[in-house]
Amino acid sequence: MYRHSHCEGFQQDPTAQELGLAGPEGGLGPLEQLVAWMRKRSLFVLAFGTGCGAIEMRPLMTSRFDAERFGIVNAATPRQADVLVISGYLAIKTLKRVIRSYEQMQEPKYVIALGSCTINGGMYWDSYNTVKQVHRYLPVDMYINGCMPRPEALIEGFVALQGRIARGEPGGYQRYRERIDWYKANQRRVLGDNMLPDYTYDWYHAGGIA
Amino acid sequence: MHYLLDIPAMIATSYVLGFLFYGFYRQYNARIQRRWGPSIFQNLYDNLKFLFKSETLSHGPMFFFGPMIIVSGAVTTVLFIPFLKDSIWLQGFSQHGNLILIIYLFVLGPLGNALAVGSSGNPFGVMGVTRGLTRLMGLEVPFFLGLALVMLQYETVSVHAIMAAQSSIGEWTLVTNPIAFLVILLPFIASMNAAPFDVVGAPQEVYAGPRVEFGGRFLGVLMTQNMMLSVGKLVLLVDLFLGGATNLFILIAKAFALFLLITSISAVFPRLKTEQAVDFFWKVPLGLGVVGVVATVWLQ
Ligand code: SF4
Repeated sequence: MYRHSHCEGFQQDPTAQELGLAGPEGGLGPLEQLVAWMRKRSLFVLAFGTGCGAIEMRPLMTSRFDAERFGIVNAATPRQADVLVISGYLAIKTLKRVIRSYEQMQEPKYVIALGSCTINGGMYWDSYNTVKQVHRYLPVDMYINGCMPRPEALIEGFVALQGRIARGEPGGYQRYRERIDWYKANQRRVLGDNMLPDYTYDWYHAGGIA
Repeated sequence: MHYLLDIPAMIATSYVLGFLFYGFYRQYNARIQRRWGPSIFQNLYDNLKFLFKSETLSHGPMFFFGPMIIVSGAVTTVLFIPFLKDSIWLQGFSQHGNLILIIYLFVLGPLGNALAVGSSGNPFGVMGVTRGLTRLMGLEVPFFLGLALVMLQYETVSVHAIMAAQSSIGEWTLVTNPIAFLVILLPFIASMNAAPFDVVGAPQEVYAGPRVEFGGRFLGVLMTQNMMLSVGKLVLLVDLFLGGATNLFILIAKAFALFLLITSISAVFPRLKTEQAVDFFWKVPLGLGVVGVVATVWLQ
C-alpha cells in the first residue's frame, strides 16, 4: 500500500533528472539528421486519458487547433504510438496500466505529462492514491504545466519535444533502459504487491535492441 | 536487362504516387473539416519513421511471414498491371499475365493478414479480420461481376488488349459500358478501405483491426504495401475504364481524377456497419451487375 510516509512530497531525487545521458558527440550525421527529421515530423500520440487534463486533448486534435499540421495524430494502439501523453493526475491503480502501455510502445518513444498533478501532485498533493512526480516511475521527456494546460500550451510542448528530437538529444526511453532498476524500484515501492509481473519488463535487462 | 530497370521504376512510381495521393487525401479531408492539415509528404514521413523504429515484438514465425506475404502480394500485383499503353516502359510482367491472374493476386493480402493476425491471437485483430473477410464476401461478388462484364464486352482477359481497344474518349469503357463502371466503383471504394466501407481498420471500434499488433517496422512495411497496392488498383481501373495512358502525366492525371472521385465520396459518408455494407453490396451493385449482364448479353 502507498502510505503517507512514502509520499515523495516535493523532494526531488537529484540524480534522477539532473544527470541526462550524453548526447551524440559532434552532432548528428546526415542520415541521422534525416531520420530525426522524419521522427520529428511524425508523432503518433497515445493519449492516456488519466485525469481532467484529457479534456484538452480533444480540441488539440480536432479542427480548432489541428495538431495534424505538426504531424501529430492519434494512434489506435500503444504499439503504433511514439508519444505517450499522460494527461493529468495519475492514480496508483492507473500507473500500473500506464507502465504496461509504455513498455509496449516501440522505440524511439517519448512521454509527455500534462498538468500540475503530474509535476508535483497539484491539488492532489496529499492524496493517498495518486503519484506525485511521474518522472520517478516513467521517464518523462516533457512536462507541460498548468491546471489544465490550454491547447496552445500543449502545442508549445509538442514543438519543444520536436526540437529535442531534431537535435538528437537522448530521449527518456534511453534513460529508462539505462536506469531500469531505479525505475522499477520506485514502481515497486508504490505498487507493492500489485507490481507488474517480471516477464513484462525483463527483456529490458537483456541489453541491446531486442 | 530491361526488366532490371523497369521493375524498380514501377515500384518507385507506385510508391511515390502512393504517398503523394495519400498525403493529398489527408490534406483534402482536413480542408473539408476546415483545418489546415498536414503537409502533402506526411505519409512519406510516417512511413519512413515506422521503418526506422524498433520492432521488439514477436508472435512466432507466422507473425513475421504474414506481412511478407502481404507485401509480396502487393508488389507482384503491381508488377502485373501495365502502367502505360503503347510503351515498353512501366510494363513489368504484364505481358505474361492477365486480368484473372490479377484478381487472384488481390486475395493474397487478406490471406497474409489472416495468417499473421491469427498467430498473434489479439482479439481486436481477429475481429478486424473477421470483418474484413465478411466484407470481402460482399464486395468480391459485384467486383468480379463488374470485371466479368468488361471481359465479356471485349471478349478478352488481357489488360493490354482491353486498353488497346479504347483508343479515343468515345471508346472508353466508362462511356460504352457505364453500368460496369458503376458496378465496380462501390466495391472498389471498399477495397481501397475508404469510408463508408472502412469497417476493417475502424480505429474507434477495433483499434486498427488487423494491424493492432503491428508497430514499428512491420507497420511501416504494411503501410508501404497499402500505398503501392492502392496505386496499382487505381491504375488497373484507369487501364480498364479510362483507356489507359500513353505517358506518365496522363496516367497521373487519370488516376488522380479517379482518386478524387473516391475520396470525395468517402469524405462525406460515415462508416456503415459490417452487415449493412454486405447488405448494400448484395443489393445495389449486384443488382446493377445483373442488369448489366442482361444488357450486355441480350442487347448485343
Ligand atoms: S493539473 Fe488540474 S486539470 Fe490537470 S489533472 Fe490535475 S487537477 Fe486536473
